Order: sequence, then structure tokens, then C-alpha cells
Amino acid sequence: MSENMNNEVEPTRRDLGLEAVTSKPVVNDGPASFTTQLLGFWVTFRTMFKKVNTVSYPEVKEPTAPRFHGRHQLNRHPDGLEKCIGCELCAWACPADAIYVEGESNTEEHRMSPGERFGKVYQINYLRCIFCGLCIEACPTRALTMTNEYELADDSRSKLIFEKEDLLAPLRQGMLAPPHAMYPGMDDSNYYKGDVLGFHPSQETSSEVKHD
Amino acid sequence: MTTAQLLGQDPGWLIAVKGVLVFALCVVLTLLSVWGERRIVARMQMRLGPNRVGPFGLVQALADGVKLALKEDLIPAAADKIVFVIAPIISATACFMSFAVIPMSGPVTLVGHKTAMQLTDLPVGVLYILAIASIGVYGIVLAGWSSGSTYPLLGGLRSSAQVISYEVAMGLSLVAVFIYSGSMSTSEIVAAQQKWWFAVVLFPSFVIYAISMVGETNRAPFDLAEAEGELVGGFHTEYSSLKFALFFLAEYVNIVAVSALATTLFLGGYHALPGLGFTEQWLGGWFTLIWFFAKVIFFFFIFVWLRGTLPRMRYDQFMKFGWKVLIPVSLFWIMVVATLRVMSLNGASRVTVLGFASVVVLIVLGINVAFDSVKKRARILPEDNFDAPTFAVPQMPGAESAQLGEPRV
Repeated sequence: MSENMNNEVEPTRRDLGLEAVTSKPVVNDGPASFTTQLLGFWVTFRTMFKKVNTVSYPEVKEPTAPRFHGRHQLNRHPDGLEKCIGCELCAWACPADAIYVEGESNTEEHRMSPGERFGKVYQINYLRCIFCGLCIEACPTRALTMTNEYELADDSRSKLIFEKEDLLAPLRQGMLAPPHAMYPGMDDSNYYKGDVLGFHPSQETSSEVKHD
Repeated sequence: MTTAQLLGQDPGWLIAVKGVLVFALCVVLTLLSVWGERRIVARMQMRLGPNRVGPFGLVQALADGVKLALKEDLIPAAADKIVFVIAPIISATACFMSFAVIPMSGPVTLVGHKTAMQLTDLPVGVLYILAIASIGVYGIVLAGWSSGSTYPLLGGLRSSAQVISYEVAMGLSLVAVFIYSGSMSTSEIVAAQQKWWFAVVLFPSFVIYAISMVGETNRAPFDLAEAEGELVGGFHTEYSSLKFALFFLAEYVNIVAVSALATTLFLGGYHALPGLGFTEQWLGGWFTLIWFFAKVIFFFFIFVWLRGTLPRMRYDQFMKFGWKVLIPVSLFWIMVVATLRVMSLNGASRVTVLGFASVVVLIVLGINVAFDSVKKRARILPEDNFDAPTFAVPQMPGAESAQLGEPRV
């Protein structure tokens, strides 16, 4: 102890009590035996007769994962009115600045969505989109979702800016092409609660009136 | 009639035809082997490989060749222009030339002439192949040097060092063949294997040749000259278009050439597998051509298999292996073979030969055991023999927590 003090300025490992640490000796067996190394040849040889992983893509298309992030879709309410209210939250959420939205007010003569506003212009630029899905998380009305469609390649920039009509979900059974009035006796809250299950005959006429 | 006499009767036009055939064969084999290699390696990695161009993707290599030819032919400003152009030509020419002395079939009849599918038969045929292979190295080293750039220079140096050192081992492994066959002529070596293939009789030589032929052709796991991670493309980094295609061609023709040489020297050349000798008369002797190429393809498969299985060696390991293992083992084996040969030629009794062989085996085993024990001792690390650091160090995994004592003043 006094010896240490005389000879060394800094405390040694022993002084610090580090000798108490039990360490395992490093085991180094060297290279594997020759026969073990030869096993690698068997691995590659055997693999030749296994089924290949390749998907012959354009001819064979494998289904994507169920929640694959593909092309976007603008959904509709069951009576055909659009869910998009033109709030632009998707555009604000977008980290790649790929979405452009212009909203406009619904009127009695021209109603595209329940409630006050609808999206008049809706563009997604697929040259910028990174398919992160933040727009989907941001959407308050579940208007914007993603499909599993991934074949988006095209040969010009303008073709890759998708307009509203490219993104809108198709009209299904029981849906009526907007603009038309809301379901009689229902307001926008009913729409969001899912009370509207299809269109009402009176809505059809409202649409026809508008067309004339 | 020996093959040399048979070939001596060839009229001029037949020699020309065979020359063209050999050239065409090399080019077609290159295209097929590029395709074959990519398909086989792909299978080993559970992929399909090229299957788009032509049936089963067979024309892929040709399409790639056409693409290469249409590319811009760049010559770097710093390059030595003349040497830069000559280098790939040397490489490609040399590899074609070695095919001239490979006997590809037994006696056959070609347009009414009795001949053999072999361009010429030199009394020093194998030596000629070694010489031509050495000339091929000039292509590589000149390409590396004339590019006027660092990576190609290093790649060229590596490559030439590699080819030259493995040529030594290769040449030594061939000596045993010469001793046993009593000739350096390829056709006579084939004839000497009528009864037993040299791959069986001279198994160590065969193994050494098989290893060194991979080193000689700069192929995986010995493709250090093209180690992408270290040297970009090695000696052909600066090459583009047809000049690059020539190097590519040279590499694959070289593979086929060394495979053909291996077939000739160790696997009985164009002869059938043991017990199938009757097939050699089929199709008027032409069936031997099939045997020959079956064996060449077997070697080619080994090449591809190696590439699919083994990682690239480190350069120093590679050179160490060549100089410290292959060459000494080769030399030792040649001494043994020569002694056995002299004993049997001088009519030594079977007991003496066997006695000598068993003494040799015992010596080899002894050396092996001694080596192993030395290695094992070297591997056991002395415990706590290092200088303990004077500072606190992170805890070892699995160690109990250490109490740091009060720092002493």
C-alpha cells in the first residue's frame, strides 16, 4: 500500500478492486475442421434443388400484405356522398408535400359531401409520395385510405399527379353519384356515426333537379 | 498410329477448318458458360437467373455482348494509349491459343479424312500451354499499368502475382503427370490414362492442380484481382466496350481451357468412364467428343460451385496458401512419385515399394500431428498475461459487478 503510493501516481487495477471481476477466458478454437467446412458445399448443392423464391413478376402477381401501402383512395359514404371535407389535414401531415387540396363550401344546389365543406381539388403527386401513411392517420373522416395497388409506374411526370377523379372510390351498389342532397332527416353527425346505409329515393330526384 | 502421326496427315484446308472450329467453340462455350454460371449460381441462391432473352435465357450472354459492343469506348487521358489497346488483345489471344493442343476426341472421320479433333500435337504440348498462360498474364499486368490509375495498377499487380505464384504450383503438380506418362504431349498423356486416370493414381497432384487452376484463372474464392470491395474492378476498371468484352471473353475461355487441360491430364481426356469403353466407337468415334465435354462441364460446374459457396480469401492468406502449402506439398509429392517411379522402373519388389509408401505415409502423419499440437498450444491464450489497464473499464459480460474502491491519495 505504502509501496504503491511511492511508486505509482495513478491507482492500479488492483487498487481499484477490479481484480474481483471474474472474467471468462476467451475461447478460440481456431478454424473449423475440414469436414465441417466442406458442409458449406452441401448447403449450396442442396439449395439448387429447392423451390426458388423468385416471383416471375409481370406474369405472376403475388398478393400484397393486407395492409400494404399502395395508391390512395378517396372514400364515399354509403349513399354516394364524398367523405372528404376539404380540411387539408392530409396535406399538412404530408412530410413529402405530395398532397394539394382546395376546399369549397357545399350549397343546397351543389352538395358533394355531408356537412359544410368538400374537397374541390384533390391532387396527390406520386413522384413525391413516400407512402408513409401519415395522411391516412391525419384524415378526420376516414375519407383518405390506401389501397393495395402498387403498379403506379408511368412515362411522364404529369401522369403521376393523380387528380380527384383518379383517386375517388367507384360508386358501389346503393350509391348515388354526387352532387345530391343529404339523406332526408339525417345530418352530418348521422353520416359519421354510420346511420346512413344507402341512398333514399328522394336524393335521386334532388340530384336530377340539380342536373337540369 | 499415334495422334501426332494422324494429325501430320491433315491437309491444309482441314487444319484451317479445325482452327476456325476451335475458335468458334471457344466463343460459343464462353456464351454458354456465362449463361450456365449465372443460372447455376442463381439456383444455389434460390433464384432463377437470366430467363428472359431466348429460350431459358440462353441468348442472354450474346445480348450482353452486343450491348457491350455498342457502348462508348473510353480511353482515359492518363492511359498509355497503345499499351491500353494491346493489353486486352494479348489476354484474349493467349487464352484461345492454349486450346490448340487439347485433344477433344479420338480418331474420327471428318469429310472423308481420318483425323482427330485436335488442332496440333506438340511433343511439349503441356509446356506450351503453361507458356501461353504466362503470356496471358502480360495482358493483365499491362492493362493494370497502362490504365494510368491506382486501382487498376493494384489489381493488375495482385493478379499477376497471383497467376505467377499459382503457376508454380500448377507446373509442379504437372510434373508428376509427366513422370508417370513419360511425355509432355497431351495426346500421349491421354493415351497413358487408358487403364487408370491420373486423378486416381496421382490424387494429390490432381487436388493441387484443381486448386491452382482456380487461382490461375482469378476465380472465386481467389478472385482478389477483382475484389469489388477493395479495388473496384481490378485491372479492368478503366476498360469499357469491346475491350472490356475481350477481358470477359478471356476469363471464360481461360476457365474452359484449364478445365479442358484438367480433363486431359487427370480425367482421361476424351476416353469414356471406366467400364463404358464401348461407347467410344459410337457415331464413328465422335461420341468421345461428348465424353470430353461432359468432363469439361463437370469441371466448370466445380468452378461455379466454388463461387457459389466460398467467400473471397484475404490476399495474404491466399499468397501464404500458395507459397507455404501448395508448393512445398507439391515438391514433396513429386519426390515421392519420382522415387516410386524409379523403383518400379528398376524392377523393385512389391514389398520394397509398399514399404517405402508406408514410411512416407507415416512421415506425413507425424508431421501433421506435430503441426496440430503446435497450433493447439498457440491457440490457448495465456490468462491475464496482458498489462492491466490503470483506468476503470466497462464490466465484462456475465461478470459480477465490481466495487470501485475509494481512490487512494
